[in-house]
Parts: sequence; structure tokens; C-alpha cells
Amino acid sequence: MQEFAASLALAAHLVSAGDARLAGIVSLSLGVSLGATLLACALGMPLGAWLAIGRFPGRHTLIVAFNALMGLPSVVAGLFLYLLLSRAGPLGGLGLLFTPTAIVIAQTFLIAPLIVALTRQLIEDAWQEYREQLRSLGARRTRAVATLLWDGRFSLSIVGLAGFGRAIAEVGAVMIVGGNIDGVTRVMTTTIALETSKGDLPLALALSLILIALVMGVNLFAALLRAWAARRWG
Amino acid sequence: MQVLDRLRRAILLAALSLFAVAGAAAGERFITVASTTSTEQSGLFDYLLPKFTQASGIKVRVVALGTGQALDLARRGDADVVFVHDQAAEEKFVAAGDGLRRQPVMYNDFILVGPKDDPAQAAGQDIAEGLRRIAAARAPFVSRGDKSGTHAAELRYWQAAGIDLDAIKGPWYRDTGSGMGAALNTAAALDAYLLADRGTWLNFRNRGKLSILIAGDRRLFNQYGVILVNPARHPEVKAADGQRFIDWLVAAAGQQAIAAYRIGGESVFFPNAAE
Amino acid sequence: MTMSGWLRLEALGLNENGARLLNPVNLTLTAGRTAILGANGAGKSTLLRLLHGLLRPSEGRLIWPTPLSQGMVFQRPAMLRATVLANVEYGLKIRGVESAERRRRAAAALAQVGLGDFAKRPARRLSGGEQQHVALARVWALEPQVLFLDEPTASLDPASSREVERIIGDIAAAGARIVMSSHNLGQARRLAEEVIFIDHGAVLEQTPAAEFFKQPGSEAARRFLRDEMP
Repeated sequence: MQEFAASLALAAHLVSAGDARLAGIVSLSLGVSLGATLLACALGMPLGAWLAIGRFPGRHTLIVAFNALMGLPSVVAGLFLYLLLSRAGPLGGLGLLFTPTAIVIAQTFLIAPLIVALTRQLIEDAWQEYREQLRSLGARRTRAVATLLWDGRFSLSIVGLAGFGRAIAEVGAVMIVGGNIDGVTRVMTTTIALETSKGDLPLALALSLILIALVMGVNLFAALLRAWAARRWG
Repeated sequence: MQVLDRLRRAILLAALSLFAVAGAAAGERFITVASTTSTEQSGLFDYLLPKFTQASGIKVRVVALGTGQALDLARRGDADVVFVHDQAAEEKFVAAGDGLRRQPVMYNDFILVGPKDDPAQAAGQDIAEGLRRIAAARAPFVSRGDKSGTHAAELRYWQAAGIDLDAIKGPWYRDTGSGMGAALNTAAALDAYLLADRGTWLNFRNRGKLSILIAGDRRLFNQYGVILVNPARHPEVKAADGQRFIDWLVAAAGQQAIAAYRIGGESVFFPNAAE
Repeated sequence: MTMSGWLRLEALGLNENGARLLNPVNLTLTAGRTAILGANGAGKSTLLRLLHGLLRPSEGRLIWPTPLSQGMVFQRPAMLRATVLANVEYGLKIRGVESAERRRRAAAALAQVGLGDFAKRPARRLSGGEQQHVALARVWALEPQVLFLDEPTASLDPASSREVERIIGDIAAAGARIVMSSHNLGQARRLAEEVIFIDHGAVLEQTPAAEFFKQPGSEAARRFLRDEMP
């Protein structure tokens, strides 16, 4: 318990001192995770909605595949992407390995299945409620997908948040394709892992507390937004 | 089409933020060095690299792994320079044409670390004798088990002790498959013995009851070498800048900087490029 | 045109998972205002959905001698999480109506249902009765030639029901053909020229409204009238 208090004090000190290195790591963490979340939402939400209301051969196989991908160990994803992005790999020419972009790709890859699956569930429920009404008004499937996504925007923000939470907490894949390079691809989780292996547990714990505070802050903001939206739009 | 517009805008925003993070790091002159966790965790790079960058304008991006992994990474062309400590593996790497020339840079030493009360009575000057006593006592021992330079050294010492590890391995021998720091954390938690490099040990905070039991045996000598990845095999290798880093390391400026790095007043690495 | 009717059903029937939801039926719709009557679960909604095209018949076919634009109002309207105005504009937007024109027509439709002041309100925050008014405005803005209504007042209080009835009358007066299911006999009497009576998935009669309420042709309809009379 004493260690915990010491770490809390250290966390407070790091934040209040405005440590530039810490600020860099935190903003990189936020930047890549936000980028990955937006990218995964832009790809995953329309796909999830399409899986929810489309009727085509192979749909069930796709749904099962995305559900299974949710459980993909991050290290496996990391290894796969490493082989892809390595200079000796098929996409090596892009020179993306050990860059923040590689981290964004890895996080996108890891959270997109989650976003697809959750979106599909939400939109399937909404489709039950709206299907006849939308068809009666003349909406075709593409239009219905867009309408339902927009109509479910507040619930879907929680889906995005779940994705963001997994992205920013990600360590295995980020370590492999990012390389944990100081000042370039060192994010909060890989810093925590590094400080832990240096045996500097108080610092590792302090950084963890800052990470938790960040994630809680983002969640709080989303909860307030949702409460406001429920009051405003019903 | 308001909704589709919004969707399109979201995609655009995502793409932009992707470029923003990528752009922040772009346009910078840098080389990628595959090195070992022991070098990174000892804090040497934090001290050394800014000096090189100041002298050359070239930034150094370090990916820290076990020696085996670092060499694998370089073999795929994902690094420009390797900076590791397993002479046999390094020579094989060069012989296979993956690297150009191996140059010695510095050394430090391995130490046998264990619980202060030393239940196996391993303390002394002789690593082979120490390991024999640990094995005889079946005292808990933590191994890196990750094909790192330290792991390779540990296996050599067991061999020198005349112990067939595969024959006597038991629950007392923990093959953790982890980096130096993680292995030290495990040993501290288990009050176990382990082989560590002095640099990481000196910078390690969570020591628990562990202390140095064996040091100074000539066989514990730990040589670091540096190799430029073969640009003929991987055309993307930044050969000129990589070579510049190597030249700096083995010349007076680099050697003096290595000698000047201290943790708590203790020297950690000893330059020996000239030898 | 009147002789052949505006919609013909030829042996139209529906089965689902082996259950018969609608016995094959031949009908010709000629009246401007038709009520579909029958007890709960008789198949009124099923018939309406078949006519509107929301359900695909498992046998027989629908014949539209002249294609007519259609709209439908449901027992419980589904409102989008948007303003009342945006909800009314939605169908127009799908039809590619340009934005100023869209706004004008939506505002006019809202005024006609008496919700002119509600344009900027979030639709889902309205009461059930108000939402049903929005649903009517939404469909009215499309100026359908045929309007199907599925028990539009079933979950409303008497005052709202009266209002909704008035609006349906206005839409009919504007020239739309009305087909409405109901189990409210008073409402059917006030609105319908013709009654289609349905019982256990079978259409038993199609009778002018005045005659139906005086002397229905089927025993089931007589029983239904007796049970439903206040």
C-alpha cells in the first residue's frame, strides 16, 4: 500500500512538473490510438452495419470470422504485421516498420473486429425497430445502413470507446511493429513494460496510473455525452 | 446524402491523423540499430546516443531485443546496424553474408546473482564451481531462455561446469523466455539465482534480497560487437550513416564516452575497440 | 378504371414456416376509403403488409393496373433520432428532392397536421400521439396516391385518435386512396366507404360500409360486430 501511495505521488509529480518526455509519450499514445480508432470505426462500422442488414451468401461465415478475430492474441497480430511490414516482407518497400503508422495499423487491425461485431449487434437491434418504416419510406440497403449508423451514433460512440480502450491498452503488437524506440514509437504501454523490466516498479506504476486516469477521463466524457444525447434525442 | 458525407468526413479525418503522426517522424535523418535489452536497460544508450547525434546530425533509433532476435531482425533487413554480445552468433552472421564486418566495441562482465543468504553456497570466484553447487542443491535458478547473448553465455558456463543441463533439469530450473529485466524481477520474487549482465544489474531497482555472489571470473567476460548489415543483401540499409555510427563508436570520441558512463559512480562498460 | 379497380389481388396468399397466415384471396379494390376489420390476430396487418409490398406473397400476385405511389403509417411510428423536420424530410431526401423544396414541403405537411411549431423538436421526445402526427406528416409530404394505415390510433388516447382521424380524412380529401386496418368500429364507420372483413387469415367479405354495419354477410362478422359494439 505504501508503494501505491508513493507511485500516486510520483504520478502527480510527473504530471504537475509537465515532464516533456512524458508529454511526448502521452500525446503519441493518444494520437496513434485515436487514429486507429477513427480508422477502425470508418471501416468497421459500415461493415458491421452491412453484416447486420445485408442478406448474402457467406454472411454467417463472415460474422463468425469477425467474432473469432476479436479473440486474436495481440502478439499473433503483431507477428503477422511484422512479417508483412518487414523490409523482407511484401509491404517492406513502404518503410513503415518501427514507425507510428505501423502502430496505428496494428491497433486498427486489433480493434476493427471488435468494432464490426459490436456494431453488427447494435444495428441488428435497430434494424428490427426501423426495417419496415425505412423500407416503406423507400430506403434501399445502402441508405438504410447510413441512416441506422447515424441514428445509432450515440450508442456507436460507446463502440468506438471500447475500441479506443483496447487500442491504448495494447502492448504486444505495438512492441513488435513499433519497436519501442525512444522518442519515436515509445507509447505509454511499452514505456510501462520497459520500466517494469528495469525494476523501476514505482515509475511503472505511476505511468500506469496516468494511463488509467486518461482512459477514465475519456470514458467520463463519453458517458456525459451519451447522457446529454439521451436527454436531447431520446 | 448528409449521412454519407459525415461518414466520408470521418474517414478523411482518420486518414489525416494517420499522416499527422507519421509526418511528425518523417524527414528526419536516422539509422535503426538492433541491440540488446541489456544495453538499453543499463541506460548506456540514453547517455551515448545524444553525443553521437550531436556530432553527426544522425539520430539513432534503437530496437532492443535479445541478441538472437536482434540478429534475426537484421537478417531480414529491418535494421542498419546490430550492436550485440554473442561473439559466436555474430561471427556466424557475418560468415553467412548478412553483415559486413564485426568490430569489437566494449566489454562488461556477467555476474551470478542470488539471494544474500546463499543457500547453495555458490558465492566465490569460480562460475563453474558455483553452478555445480546450485545444481547439486537444486536451488531455484532463473534462466533467460530467450536465445539472447546472456542466455548463450549461461549455457556455455553450464557446459564448462560439466553439467548436462537437459539431464538434470527440474522444477528448480526456471526457463522464463524473457528479457534481462523481466528475468531479474522473477528471480527477485523467487529468491532465485541467475546470470545477469552487470550493466542491467546496476540500473535495476527491484532487487529484493538479491546480491552479487560471483564476479571477476575471467570466463565471465562479456564482449560487445557492432556489425553493419550487408547493403548488398538489403539495398535499403543506410550503409553510409550506419558506418559513420560504427566509426564513431570505435574511435576515440565513442570509446571515451563509453568509459565515462557510470551508474552510482561505478563503471559499467569498458571500451576495447583497439584490442 | 373504376370497373377494374386500382388494385387487384389474384389468389394472393401467405404461408410462413408451414403456418397459413393468409388464405389465398381474390379481391379488387375500387373504393377510395377502405377499412380492414377483424379481431386481433385475424391477419389485418399481414394483409396490409402484403398490399404495401413489405411482405412477399408465397402464392398468387398483386396487380397494379396503373402504378401508384404509396405510403404507410404504422401502429407505432419509428422516429429517427433527429428533429421533427428532419424526420418529415427523410422520405423526400430519399426521392432526391432538392433541399429548399424539401424544407418547404415538410414544413407545409407539418402545418397540415398541426405541428408547425414542432419542427425543431427532437422527434423521439414527443408523446405517442404527437409522434403519430409526425408519421402522418412524413407520409403526407410524399403526396402518396395510396396510403396504408395499420391501426394508426390503437395506442392513442381518444383526443389524439380524433385528431389523427381528422388528418386521415384530410389526406383522403386531397385525393389519396386510404386502406386502413382498425378494430375501432366507430372509426371505421366514420371513415370507410367499404369494409373488408378478415377472420383467422381468411377474407370473408368485402362489403360497402353502410351495408356491413347494418347487415354483415358472414356469421363471424355478426359475432365480431356484437362483441365489439359498446
